[in-house]
Order: sequence, then C-alpha cells, then structure tokens
Amino acid sequence: MGWLSSSNNAKISVGNTYKAQKGASRIKNFKVYRYDPDKASNPKLDTYEIDLDNCQPMVLDALIKIKNEIDTTLTFRRSCREGICGSCSMNIDGTNTLACLKSISDIKGDVYIYPLPHMPVIRDLVPDLSLSYAQLTSIKPWLQADTPHSIDKEREQSPQERRKLDGLWECVLCFCCSTGCPSYWWNSESYLGPAVLLQAYRWIVDSRDKQTEDRLNMLDDPFRLYRCHTIMNCTNTCPKGLNPAKAIAEVKKLLVLSK
Amino acid sequence: MMKTHNRPLSPHLQIYKPQLTSVMSICHRATGIALVAGTLLLVWWIIAAAAGPEVFYANQKFLTSWLGILILFGFTCTLMYHLCNGIRHLIWDAGYGFKLDNVYKSGWITLSTAVLLTAITWILVMI
Repeated sequence: MGWLSSSNNAKISVGNTYKAQKGASRIKNFKVYRYDPDKASNPKLDTYEIDLDNCQPMVLDALIKIKNEIDTTLTFRRSCREGICGSCSMNIDGTNTLACLKSISDIKGDVYIYPLPHMPVIRDLVPDLSLSYAQLTSIKPWLQADTPHSIDKEREQSPQERRKLDGLWECVLCFCCSTGCPSYWWNSESYLGPAVLLQAYRWIVDSRDKQTEDRLNMLDDPFRLYRCHTIMNCTNTCPKGLNPAKAIAEVKKLLVLSK
Repeated sequence: MMKTHNRPLSPHLQIYKPQLTSVMSICHRATGIALVAGTLLLVWWIIAAAAGPEVFYANQKFLTSWLGILILFGFTCTLMYHLCNGIRHLIWDAGYGFKLDNVYKSGWITLSTAVLLTAITWILVMI
C-alpha cells in the first residue's frame, strides 16, 4: 500500500501560471498536472487562465485550446471528442470522466485536471495502462464457441439473450472505473478491477460463448474478483452510465449458485 | 528508449473527491475495527462482574464517568452504523439495489436509521 508514503518523485509542486489575454471577461482557471519524463524534476500543477467567451463548452475543448494556443507541450490522449473512443479519460474536478463529455460549466471554481489516479505517468495526462490491458487480455475478451465459424450462417441469439448484453457492450475501456476504485489502487497487481470484471461478465452472459465455466473458474479467486468490496465508486464515476458494480455482483452470484 | 522504471504515480486519495459511496465504505471498515475495541470493553465488564464487587465497582465507576459514557455512546453509534450498513451490503450481495440513485437512497436511509437507533437506545438508557 503506497498511499501514505507517496514516493518522493510523485510529490506535486506549484508550476507556471499562464495569464489570459487582456480584455478577457469570463476567466476560468485550469490547473493541470504536468510531468515531463525528460526532466529530472517532479510533477507540477500549471495554471492556465482561459477566457470562456473564447472557448468551446467541454473540458477537452479547453485542453485543445491550451495545446493549440498557449502551451504546445501539454500532452493528453484524445480522439473522437464524443465519448465513443474512451481516450480522454482523466480525473477532472475530483472524479474520473471523459474530458469530452464533461461540461466546463458543471464545475464550480477552478478546474483541477489530473491523470487517471494511482497509475504510472508517462507524461502529463497520459498514464501507462499496460497493466490494465494485460489484465483485460487475461479474461480472454473474445467469443469462444464450441463449433467452427461458418461463412453463411451467423451465430443466432434470441432477443432475450441479446438483451443481457445491454449495459455491458457499451463499455469503451476508458478505465475511469478501475482507476476510481480504492481497492484497485491498493491491489492493482492482483485485483482485476471493475472495467475488466465488467468485460469478463459480458462474455460470461453471452449465450454464444461456450467457455462460461472456465471463465467463472478463472475469476474464483480471493484477489482477482473478491477484492471488490462494493465501494461503488466505479458505478458512480462511469462516464457512459454503466454499472460495473452490478456486473461484479452478478459474477459473485453466479459463482455461489454454481457450487 | 524511453525510461520506464521511474515513472511517478499519479495522485489518488489526496485528489479524489470524497463521495457517499467511498466515505460510507471506509466508515464501514473503520467501525468494524472500532467494534473490536468495543467488544473488549464488553469483555472487561463481564469479567469485572465475575471478579467480585470491588473490581465491578471500579468498572462501573469508569463506565459511568463522562469519558465512559462518551465511549459507550461512540460504541453505540459505531454498532448501529455497522449493523445497518452490513444489512445494506447483504442486500447488495443478493444482487439488489445497484442502480446509482438506489445506492444513494440506501446510503441515506442507512445513515438516518443508524442515528435513529442510537437515539432510541440512549433515550431508553436515560429514562
């Protein structure tokens, strides 16, 4: 547990302030976490004064404005700018969300922006997600059928069976939930985290998948699954309105019932 | 090659906004630990009762002092919270109450029931 002994290289110092242009009337302060791996210095919090009269409505718009007009070194992931790709996940105003779906006007006071919590930072707002991706691979997020694929016939599913996937397939793997989960902070090496467990459940309930038992057995582990203590930060923070906590509870239930 | 071994850890507990979900969870754990101490107090009371009038008198003297009453009051709050939230967890384990608005509703119900039960207990003690 590295939570009290936040190591020396993670301490955040006060950074630069970039003033708004003269004549700006509606100024909002954006306080953004900055870390440059090529410098020996610690992360810092830079302040950018943004004139809201000259900025589009979303937090991502402000970040793009900063990068385009104020400080080109600011680094962050983004792509679709409409909540589909899951790239611009970060901690904004104290909770994890997608910068493209977060309205600036929803935030009172200064806008604090950090990378996804408790992750190794590659640069600025870009965390290293390799571990989470490896965990996703470990649950085999693909269809495992017991019959070979046919060219002329799709694998059929009744509307009821298909409906079980609603609320699961929409996940964009932004990892807002996993990195908002205190259990995942303290046990990310061994606990799979809400995002990956929701994916696991997505394949467990898929009627076309025939490895349900193996999938459940793999999760039946004190750490992989049962580090979930129903804290509910995952469901609270999901920018897509999904319910990872519910998916995890369903997996736990299936395991109990299968014994 | 980019260095990979010395990356700073992004901030977490210190920047994540406290919310009903996480605060009630950590309180559940804290009250669980506090209840162990409360149980020891109970054990002391029982042993004192068995050990004879002098020991029991000392025990009673402490438990009826303002500090003793404060501790007992804290014990009651802790017990009621842990009990109510424990039931909330059982309902979750059965697979119910996961919709976010229900999570918040059950959270507030748990808190107010714990306060109510503590109040009822102490009204009964006082009269």
